[in-house]
Amino acid sequence: MASHELGFIRKYIFSVDHKVIGVQYLLTSLAFLFTGFMLMLVMRWQLANPGEPVPVVGGLLESLLGEPASEGKISADLYNSFGAMHGTIMIFMGIVPLVFGAFGNYLVPLQVGANDMAFPKLNMLSYDSYLVGGIIMLISFFIPGGAAQAGWTSYPPLATIIPTDGQTYWLVAMIFLITSSLLGAINVIVTVIQLRAPGLTWMRLPFFVWSQFVTAFLLLLAFPPMEAGAVLQLMDNVAGTSFYMPHGLVISGQPATELSGGGSPLLWQHLFWFLGHPEVYVLILPGLGIVTEVIANNTRKPIWGYRAMVYSVLSIGFLSMVVWAHHMYVTGMGMGISMFFQTTTTIISIPSVIIVTCLMLSLWGGSIRFNVPMLFAVSFLPMFGIGGLTGLPLALSMADLALHDSYYIIGHFHYVVAPGTIFAVFAGVYYWFPKVTGRLMNERLGQVHFWGSLLCMNLIFFPMLAQGFAGMGRRTYDGGQNYAAAHPANEGVIGAVSDTMMQLNDVIAWSALALAAFQLPFIFNFFYSVYAGRRVESDNPWQATTLEWQTPTPPPHGNFTQDIFVYRGPYAYSLNHPGSEASVGTVDELPDFEPQNQPLVAVTT
Amino acid sequence: MKIPYTTEIREDTGLYNGKVGMWLFLASEVMLFGALFSAYVLLRIGAREGEWPHGLLNIPIGAFNTLVLITSSMTVAMSWTALKMGNFSLYRKLQVVTLACAVLFLGVKAWEYSEKFHHYEIWLNEPLTAQEYPQLAGHSTDLNAPITSIIGHIDDAGSFATLASLQEQGKSTVEIHPDEFHYRLSAREQGQRRKAERAAGGAAATSHAQAGIPIDVSNIARLSAFVPKHSTFFAMYFTLTGLHALHVLGGVLAFAYILWPASKMWRQDPERYTNSIEVTGLFWHFVDLVWIFAFPVLYLL
Repeated sequence: MASHELGFIRKYIFSVDHKVIGVQYLLTSLAFLFTGFMLMLVMRWQLANPGEPVPVVGGLLESLLGEPASEGKISADLYNSFGAMHGTIMIFMGIVPLVFGAFGNYLVPLQVGANDMAFPKLNMLSYDSYLVGGIIMLISFFIPGGAAQAGWTSYPPLATIIPTDGQTYWLVAMIFLITSSLLGAINVIVTVIQLRAPGLTWMRLPFFVWSQFVTAFLLLLAFPPMEAGAVLQLMDNVAGTSFYMPHGLVISGQPATELSGGGSPLLWQHLFWFLGHPEVYVLILPGLGIVTEVIANNTRKPIWGYRAMVYSVLSIGFLSMVVWAHHMYVTGMGMGISMFFQTTTTIISIPSVIIVTCLMLSLWGGSIRFNVPMLFAVSFLPMFGIGGLTGLPLALSMADLALHDSYYIIGHFHYVVAPGTIFAVFAGVYYWFPKVTGRLMNERLGQVHFWGSLLCMNLIFFPMLAQGFAGMGRRTYDGGQNYAAAHPANEGVIGAVSDTMMQLNDVIAWSALALAAFQLPFIFNFFYSVYAGRRVESDNPWQATTLEWQTPTPPPHGNFTQDIFVYRGPYAYSLNHPGSEASVGTVDELPDFEPQNQPLVAVTT
Repeated sequence: MKIPYTTEIREDTGLYNGKVGMWLFLASEVMLFGALFSAYVLLRIGAREGEWPHGLLNIPIGAFNTLVLITSSMTVAMSWTALKMGNFSLYRKLQVVTLACAVLFLGVKAWEYSEKFHHYEIWLNEPLTAQEYPQLAGHSTDLNAPITSIIGHIDDAGSFATLASLQEQGKSTVEIHPDEFHYRLSAREQGQRRKAERAAGGAAATSHAQAGIPIDVSNIARLSAFVPKHSTFFAMYFTLTGLHALHVLGGVLAFAYILWPASKMWRQDPERYTNSIEVTGLFWHFVDLVWIFAFPVLYLL
C-alpha cells in the first residue's frame, strides 16, 4: 500500500477514510447529544419550578436568546422550542448519526474485511451534509421568533401558522440530514453486499453488520416519504400552498382567506410516521448489534440462536414499514385501519422479543467478564425490556386512547432510547475505544459512570410512567400545574393530577441533574484516555473473534495489512480443543477463541 | 489504496459497486416520488365535489415533451451500446442529441410555467351567469347556472399579481377576459357544448381576445394567478414537475460532465467510462419514467 503523507486538513477534516469519518461523526453527534441534554435540563427545571428563573444558566440564556428568556425565565414559546429541538437534536442529530454514522462507518468495513467503504467520497459528503444540516438547525435558535416550536413531529397546520421562520429552518435542515442518511445508507449496503472478504458468507457476518444492514435499508426506504412531506410543508411555509391546510381554517379568529384550502393535516402525519416508526428501529437495531458483540465477547460463548436473531432482524425491518399509523389512533382514522395497525404492531413485538431472549439465553452458563462495556450491555437488556413492555399497551388502540400524549409515552420511548440505545452506545464506546486509540478507558471511572447513570435513568423515567397513568399530559410548559388538584380551578375535578404526581417533577429534575453529574467522569475519562489511558498490549485486547481486531491498532488507511480470508462464523468462543495449540505456539493457556480469519488448524500428531 | 469492484464485476453478485449503488438510490427515489403521487391521490380523493380543476394544462405541449424525453432515453441507451462497441464518436453524437432533448424539455417546461403565471382565477362573492355574459359560455354547460369563479387574463396585471397588489395600484375594478382555452369542463362536456353550438348555428368561441368582464374589487373573494397557492392541484403540479425538472437538470449536468470534462477517462479506462454512462443512464430512465407517470396523472386525469 502506497503510504503518502496527507496534510492535516486532507487527513482529518476532508478525509475520505471511513475511520476518520466515523470519528468525525462520533465527536459531532456526541456534541449534539450534549446540546440536547442541556435543553432537557433547562426544561426539567422549568417543569419542576414553573415560572422561576433558571439558576446558573438563566443569564446566559437571556443574553443568547433575548426576550423569550427575559430575566432568565423560560417563556411558553421558548419551552416549546426547547421541546421541539430536544427531540429533533437527540433523534436526528444525536442518536442516528451516532449509531449509524459513527459506529456503522467505523466498524462495518472492518468487520466485513474491506479496506474502506464502497464510495469514500460519498461518505465524506454524507458527513458534510449532516454537519450543514446540524448547523442550520442550531442557527434557527438565534433568528427572530426562535427555533421550531411544533414538537419534533411538526404537525401542521400548527407548524405552519406559528409566526417564526424556525420551522422553515427545521425543514431545510431536515432535507440536509435526510440526504446525509441516504448517502450513508447506500454506502453501507453496497459495502456489505460487494466488499465482504472472501469466505465471509452472509451467515458468517457478525450480528452488528446485520443490524447495520437492516438499519441502512430502513433509512434508505423510509426517509424519502418524510422528505417528500418536508418538501410539501416547505411549500406551505414558503409558497403559501395548502397541502396540509384544510378548508375553513381560522387562525387567531381570522378566516385564512388567502389560502386555497383543500389540504389534509393527516397527510403529513402519514408521511411523517412512515419515516417516524422505522426511525425507532433505526435507533434501536444498531444498539442491539453493539450489545450482541459485547455480550458474545464477554460471556466467551457463541451467541445463542444467531440465525433466529438474523431472521428476526430482517422481519423487524420489513414489519417496521407497516406499523406507522399506530401513532395516529386518536386521529379518528377509523376502526378498520386501527385494527390493521394494532395487529401489525403486536406482531412486530415477536421478533424483538426473540432477539432479546436470545441475548439473555446467551448469558446462561457463561463465565462472564463484568468489565464496563459488559455492564452497560447487560443492563441494556432489562432497560430495553421495560421500554418494550411499556409499549404493548400503546399498541392496542383502546389503551392508547387513554395513554396517548401523556407522560406515559415519554417514559416508554425514553426507556427504549436512553437507558436502551444510549447504554448500548456507551458499551460500544468503552469496547472499541482501544481499537480506535490504542488505549483503554479507565475502569473505575467507567464503573462510577455506569452505576450512577443506571440509577438516575430509572429515577428520571420510571416516575414518568406513573405520571402518565395519572393523566399528566406531555408538552405542558408549566409541568401540569394548571391541571393539578391543588389548582383553584380544578377543585373537585376528578382526574386532576394529585400532589404526589406533581412532586415527582422535583424527583425527575434532581435526578436529571445528577445524571448530568455522572456524565462528567465519562467525558473526562474519554478525553483523558485518548492521551494518557493505559496502552493496549496487543491488537486484540478483549480476545475477540471478529475481523476488526485483526488489524494494527489503530488501523491504518486501508485497514488490513494481511489478506483476509474468512473460515468461520463470528462467535467461535468457548473452544478448548487440543489442536489449537499448534497454531498458537507455546502459550501456557489455550486460547478459548478462534478469530474468523484464522486458518483451520491441522491436528498435529 | 484501491477499492475492489469499482469497475470489475464481483463474481457472486454479478455487479460492480456503482450499479448496486444506483439501484439503491433509485429505490429511495421510488419512495420519494411514490410518496408525492400518494399525496396527490389522497388530496384528490379528499377534494370537495367539483373542486378539482380540469383542463388547465396544455395537453399537446405535455405530450410533445413526453415524446422528447422518451427520445432522449432512447439515445442514452444507444450511446451506451456505441461505447460498448468502442465507437466513441457515435456515442458523442448520440449524447449531444440526449442533451439537446433534455434542454428542450426544460425550455418547454419553463415556457409552460410562464404561461401559467399570467393566467388568473377570480372567486366571486356574487356569482354571475353565462346568460349575462356570453363570454362565460365555457365555464358552465347551463346558461343559468351561477358561476362563482372566472378563469382568464386580467388587463395590465402581468404575472403573479394578487388582490393586494392590484389594490395597491389603486384599482377599484379589474377587467377579466374569460379564457375559453382553459375549460372548467371535462373534455367530454366540451365536446357536447361544441356540438350543441354548431347545431344552433353558432361558432365555438375560442379566441383569447374576448370582451372583458369588469369585476368590482369588492366582489372579489379571492384572486390568484396559476401559481402553487392557487389550489392544491397547482400546488401538486408545480411541486411534482419542479422536483422532476430538478432531476432532469441533475441528469443534464452529469451527462455533460461525462461527455466533456471527464472524457479523457475513455482512453485511460474505457470500461469505467462505459459504466459511468450505464449508471447515469439508469438514473435517466428513471427520471423519464417519473414523467411518464406524471404526465397522465396531472394532464389527462
